[in-house]
Amino acid sequence: MIKIENISKYFNETKVLEDISTHFERGKTNLIIGQSGSGKTVLLKCILGLFDASKGEIFFENQSLNKMNSKQRSILRQEIGMVFQGSALFDSMTVEENIMFPMKMLTKKSADEIKMRSNEVIKRVNLINSNKKFPSEISGGMKKRVAIARAIVMNPKYLFCDEPNSGLDPKTAILIDNLIQEITKEYKITTLINTHDMNSVMEIGEKIIFLENGKKGWEGTNKEVFKTENKGVENFVYSSELFKKVRKVYLKP
Amino acid sequence: MKILYHIGGYFYHIGGYFIMLRKVFGKFTKWNVLKNLILREIDVLIIGSLGIVSFISFFVGGVVSIQTALNLENPLLPKNLIGFTTRQSVILEFAPTFISVIMAGKVGSFITSSLGTMKVTEQIDALEVMGINTFNYLIFPKIIALLFYPFVITVSMFLGIIGGYVASIYGGFCTSTDFIEGIQIDFTPFHVSYAFIKTFLFAFILASVPSYHGYFLKGGALEVGKASTTSFVWTSVVIIITNYIVTQLLLT
Repeated sequence: MIKIENISKYFNETKVLEDISTHFERGKTNLIIGQSGSGKTVLLKCILGLFDASKGEIFFENQSLNKMNSKQRSILRQEIGMVFQGSALFDSMTVEENIMFPMKMLTKKSADEIKMRSNEVIKRVNLINSNKKFPSEISGGMKKRVAIARAIVMNPKYLFCDEPNSGLDPKTAILIDNLIQEITKEYKITTLINTHDMNSVMEIGEKIIFLENGKKGWEGTNKEVFKTENKGVENFVYSSELFKKVRKVYLKP
Repeated sequence: MKILYHIGGYFYHIGGYFIMLRKVFGKFTKWNVLKNLILREIDVLIIGSLGIVSFISFFVGGVVSIQTALNLENPLLPKNLIGFTTRQSVILEFAPTFISVIMAGKVGSFITSSLGTMKVTEQIDALEVMGINTFNYLIFPKIIALLFYPFVITVSMFLGIIGGYVASIYGGFCTSTDFIEGIQIDFTPFHVSYAFIKTFLFAFILASVPSYHGYFLKGGALEVGKASTTSFVWTSVVIIITNYIVTQLLLT
């Protein structure tokens, strides 16, 4: 479980996050939603420790991130898998090498063990036949799969995804969403997804945090998002006519 | 006020550069991985530069000897001066300094743009999240690879003198005996040591200054281009200043 308490973040004079508190449970897909510039990525990077929060505390299983020294942070980071918005695959490595990379760098496993585990993960994300290709030779959806495979290859306790659907067609986006949710359940991971994709909100949002101008505007589940009367959420989630109609149908007695 | 702001900015970057260097020699990457990275960097940065360095050295050596020959108007001046001047120019300044400035453009821009691209595509963040010391993983292999830079300079010295020899002989400026005599007279072995001391310092600058510009890049693709240019300018400036200081310390 990840717990955050009164997190604020300033860049010089600019306040990006203000007094955010919540918790993210294990085995659940937790979504952080909000408009562009609402502070989603900054919050994710603060939790990851890539940015230091200006105020407040972050707990990983009751262990405060703020009080960890660099060695403890380094150990914690080995328990974290991250899927970046642009996949962040290493261009000079093949798909297989990208996936094997964290194991080669951080474990003492033999070459055979590494190969075996990478094959397992490749199979899990349906990437067979692409092992020897370079990132520049595969599609956006496949890149996301490789990024997910690389993120889970070390059996992480925590999975962070920064807009995993961005730039994907709706069908591939749903496949990626489902894959993330399945992996979350299968490996009992605490998953945090940063998104403004409404399909993701409806499909996999077991817990949703809505950020508005750097503040927590609302918190709930994908079921509750239909019933909420919070104006910020309504304006954001039901900004399209289609979703307004979906909501009407859902709320019809 | 604006001047003070700029001066403050320089100090900020100088401080940042030294903090980066401390981190480069911090937590080390596994030897198995590091070994391959070093070999790859040697291939890209050293072997990959030999072609252009050889080409430039040969022709500039030739030009130095022709210029010297054309300026020897007094018939009392011996022809072996052409070989002597070519040797001194190539060993003392052309090979170590001039080639290093060219390498700041070739190797330096490459280092800055490759690290900068990794930065903007979040590849460095991905390494960071894995708990890897990105400074050591990305910059240390470049510094070690450039320890082989004196090899490039040796090739440059050799080809520069050969270029001078070919230009002098085939241009009819002096005889082969004159030129060979010229490159042997008043030879001071310390001049070669001085050149290689400079070369090692320049090698470190060539690896570290562009790395700083690439690693701490902020922005997108446009900034990668800008950073490559800035990196070339600053690497050249640092090389020129270091050259002055080392020359003052070792030759006066």
